[in-house]
Amino acid sequence: MNRRAAIFCLALSACLVLCAASSSRWDHVPAKDHARTNPLANRSESVAAGALVYRDHCLQCHKENATGDGRKKPSLRSERLRSATDGDVEWFLRQGDLGHGMPSWSNLPEAQRWQLVAYLRSIQ
Amino acid sequence: MIPKNLGKSYNPALFLLALCLWLPAAHAQEKPYFVTYSHDLEEPGNLEIETKTALAEPPGSHRYGAVATELEYGVRAWWTSELYLEGQATSQDSTLFTGFRLENRFRPLMREHLINPVLYVEFEDISGADKTILEVVGHDGQSDLASPNGDARREHEHEAELKLILSSNLKAWNISENFIAEKNLGHEPWEFGYALGAARPLRSLASGRPCNFCAEKLIAGVEAYGGLGDTAALTLRDTSHYIAPLIGWQLPKTRLSFSTGFGLTSSSLDRVYRGGLAFELPQVASWFHGSTRGAQ
Repeated sequence: MNRRAAIFCLALSACLVLCAASSSRWDHVPAKDHARTNPLANRSESVAAGALVYRDHCLQCHKENATGDGRKKPSLRSERLRSATDGDVEWFLRQGDLGHGMPSWSNLPEAQRWQLVAYLRSIQ
Repeated sequence: MIPKNLGKSYNPALFLLALCLWLPAAHAQEKPYFVTYSHDLEEPGNLEIETKTALAEPPGSHRYGAVATELEYGVRAWWTSELYLEGQATSQDSTLFTGFRLENRFRPLMREHLINPVLYVEFEDISGADKTILEVVGHDGQSDLASPNGDARREHEHEAELKLILSSNLKAWNISENFIAEKNLGHEPWEFGYALGAARPLRSLASGRPCNFCAEKLIAGVEAYGGLGDTAALTLRDTSHYIAPLIGWQLPKTRLSFSTGFGLTSSSLDRVYRGGLAFELPQVASWFHGSTRGAQ
């Protein structure tokens, strides 16, 4: 009986680890937001404007070259960001991650969040 | 060579000013409201220093200027703590410190919604001479602001204030509603009030080139606030109400804001002129914990 219980616990733990490994931040993004494309992606000034938005709001934590501090403020040049859609990134900027120290940037006009997405794409 | 009188001429205010000019500044996209709160909280680890000035002339009294200096710190992304120090100067009367307030704002929901609640809890230790008009509750009126400082300062108020802040960011707009309940911790009734605000930048797209006097740096809006009576007389009779157009200007190291409040009832002041000056210091926590550890 004890052996069966141990095997069951082991199997359950393995499942939980696998689930955790396969889920990413973007799995939580609603399908509607995930599918959104950047409406300003084709505008020539979007990257430059996004760089200024980055300088004003993001640089203090994520540093000038967007590599973060190597601890709680992560690098923005990452596989995680490269694997995200524009809609994922805009959604995350709007939501933030308050429990882990990332503020919500819903107070920025939506257009500026899209410009920021364009800039973040350009530095990958 | 160090001048011998350096220690004597050292001025803390000048030192702070120099420090502010030297340090890198952060730009919070905060709204230029004076009374209304939105659900924007201070970024974690940042300290904002802001002064809010109110200028008015109650009928039958003298002109005054009241200043609230606010130290606002982002403890967490969902929790902001503030200390207000207040004072006022009345023409042909006196200048005095009128007290302090401690407040905390919490976002109970970790996600962004159409309407975002924030809980606000404040303790006030102020005298009756306080004239900053940071909120209007109960039957507050112009007569409260007309007493000579010598009489008004004898009244001490220890008050608890609760606010329910509801706020929405829609496209480039912010729309905020505050419901206020205030209780003098002596045996006085609960007093109620409200504040409503709407604001947006004049241009929602960033221009792509550094600029100071450009439309995306200017935020225009309006706020309305007033009293809703108290538990002893839950009526709008003898309450004050104001409507105040406002404008904010985001500069590289500071944020300026201005508004003129127009009184809407006979209990209200005719006009209240307000000015605000804010400076934000980024990642203050890292000054004390090393450069790699900020508040999270």
